[in-house]
Amino acid sequence: MNILIYGASSRIAHECARLWARDGHALVLAGRSALRLEPVAADLRVLAASPESVRTLAWDLADEATLRQRFADEDARAGGFDLLLVAHGWLPEQAAAQRDPAVLRETVEANALSVAQICEAAAGVFEARRRGTIAVIGSVAGDRGRQSNYLYGASKGFVERYCQGLRNRLHAAGVAVVLVKPGPTDTPMARQLARPGRLADPRDVARDIVRAIDRRQAVVYTPGPWRWIMTVIRWIPERAFVRLKL
Amino acid sequence: MNATAPVRSWGLPGPFPHRLLQPASLDEVRLPVDDSWLPHGLGRSYGDVALNPGHTLLCTRWLDRYVSFDAATGLLECEAGLPLERIVDDLLPRGWFPAVVPGTLQVTVGGAIANDVHGKNHHAMGSFGDHVARFTLQRSDGSVLACSPTENPPWFAATIGGLGLTGLVTRAQLRLRPVASGWMRVAVQRFRGLDAFFALNAQAEAKHEYAVAWIDCLSGADGLRGVMLAGDHAEPAPGAPRFPPRPRRASVPFTPPMSLVTPWSLRAFNSAYFHRAPERAELLQPVWDYFWPLDRLADWNRIYGPRGLLQFQCVLPPAGAEAGVRELLRLLRAAGAGSFLAVLKTFGARPARGLLSFARAGLTLALDFPDTPRMRSLFAQLDACVAAAGGALYPAKDAAGSPALFRSAYPRWGEFQRYRDPGVASAFARRMEAA
Repeated sequence: MNILIYGASSRIAHECARLWARDGHALVLAGRSALRLEPVAADLRVLAASPESVRTLAWDLADEATLRQRFADEDARAGGFDLLLVAHGWLPEQAAAQRDPAVLRETVEANALSVAQICEAAAGVFEARRRGTIAVIGSVAGDRGRQSNYLYGASKGFVERYCQGLRNRLHAAGVAVVLVKPGPTDTPMARQLARPGRLADPRDVARDIVRAIDRRQAVVYTPGPWRWIMTVIRWIPERAFVRLKL
Repeated sequence: MNATAPVRSWGLPGPFPHRLLQPASLDEVRLPVDDSWLPHGLGRSYGDVALNPGHTLLCTRWLDRYVSFDAATGLLECEAGLPLERIVDDLLPRGWFPAVVPGTLQVTVGGAIANDVHGKNHHAMGSFGDHVARFTLQRSDGSVLACSPTENPPWFAATIGGLGLTGLVTRAQLRLRPVASGWMRVAVQRFRGLDAFFALNAQAEAKHEYAVAWIDCLSGADGLRGVMLAGDHAEPAPGAPRFPPRPRRASVPFTPPMSLVTPWSLRAFNSAYFHRAPERAELLQPVWDYFWPLDRLADWNRIYGPRGLLQFQCVLPPAGAEAGVRELLRLLRAAGAGSFLAVLKTFGARPARGLLSFARAGLTLALDFPDTPRMRSLFAQLDACVAAAGGALYPAKDAAGSPALFRSAYPRWGEFQRYRDPGVASAFARRMEAA
């Protein structure tokens, strides 16, 4: 496969890329910072059969004017992507996001807006080609708003609704949209959690993601039990939910 | 980026509160200037060498990327937080293997350098540091030193076995060795008596790259029950996969309220282990089973209960080895102190590269015990016995050794001080300086 990963220096994306590199897939690692991407690329080149199959791409999605053309150019240069994995994200401190309008905006831009921007760019190309997979890393936090992280949660909730609609649109063209919802995972993003509780191993999460993409699943929770935990949490009536300290 | 968290060592349950710095990548590394700090990898050191309670640990677990690998020469460059397990998982199927592997793969490259770890092939290959070509050392004063036998050689020597006290190793180059497969040809032989061990061990070391003996340390010197396990990298059996996959791992899910290691569970285990071993046999084993049987049981230290365990590993110089180990076995037997995994092996004469390296010519004995006041007092006796024999304890495993023994066993500790990073401290260093 030809794979484009946006946010490739994130821990979960890197672990996915390690699995793909070992299996001989060609990888384009994209993200805002070339400085962050290069060490990841070097790591993957050791695992890959040929070092040329891994390349990096510094790309700021805020550059809206060139975004669609840039995607089309990179797609052509790679010989057509089979898979786009959108893995970037930003977990703000909830208190800071409530206090500071700039943090709020950054939360929405990083987790919601930029995700839709790159997916729309890919959607047009994949739809015309009538094949491909778009996979997006959402979060269990998007399943229900909770006082402890509703701004992050709301931005991930947008991703869920967005993926739902995009999946519906692309179904006719045979393009799959996979939404991954990891539970709290042991990654640098979780460092600031005050009481992290039990964190999933990013390698296990990556295995689940790679399998879900192979199977073109619509929505996957990882680790698996989160599916049942979130089912219960979604079913709690709002009247009771508002009293909870979650 | 800053979090305060309780941290334990492999043996000492603590919990010891630390401030944790967990850089996500090398470009995020900022060495603290406001607090003493210590590099910390996977936390497999048994005692206090990787602890800095009340202060900062610089966790290297996310500094775990490969930098490059030359498949023609086997030269691997990686970040220092890379676990040895990943090297074996990724590169054994391509025919490469670390030249020296310790008894667990759950250690980082940085930790293996800082403790200059050894394996069952010390007599043939020396210790881990002997196969380190180069590394980069980052220090609190902002300096970054490239270290190798020819660049900054004193820093190279101080950092190998330097217990993390010279600064942060950020990247390292290792020389891997080619292997034909993931299989070992293992010669198994039971023996009785310490004399039989010495005779068998001399033969095993002459013929085999790897040699180690398991012993039942409750059986005393003369009646010593043991099993010699000598091995070499081998071709696979016909029809077997050349690189057998890593076996699945079970885990001890929680810490039981008391130690499951009791005198009778030990007797039962040791007896079963001895009698299950064939009198004499040669067999093919996957590397996983020969080198790292304990890695199949994650969190095995939990079986020692909430008080944890003490490990004792000493080396006795050749001249005093036999008398010394006799005395150690006598003390253990008199105390009724048994150990699941008592290991006896000899180190070769190759001088270590590190100023503070543990592995040196002689006989090494490793044991683990539940951490009880009775065992602590036995440790004081063992300590005295090691001192009398002119031996040394292994800092990576030590939690109870005396500063006096440490100073006499590591005579270059004074010279080492010149290369310490003034910002770095550890519980072990404080304990050894307390005298």
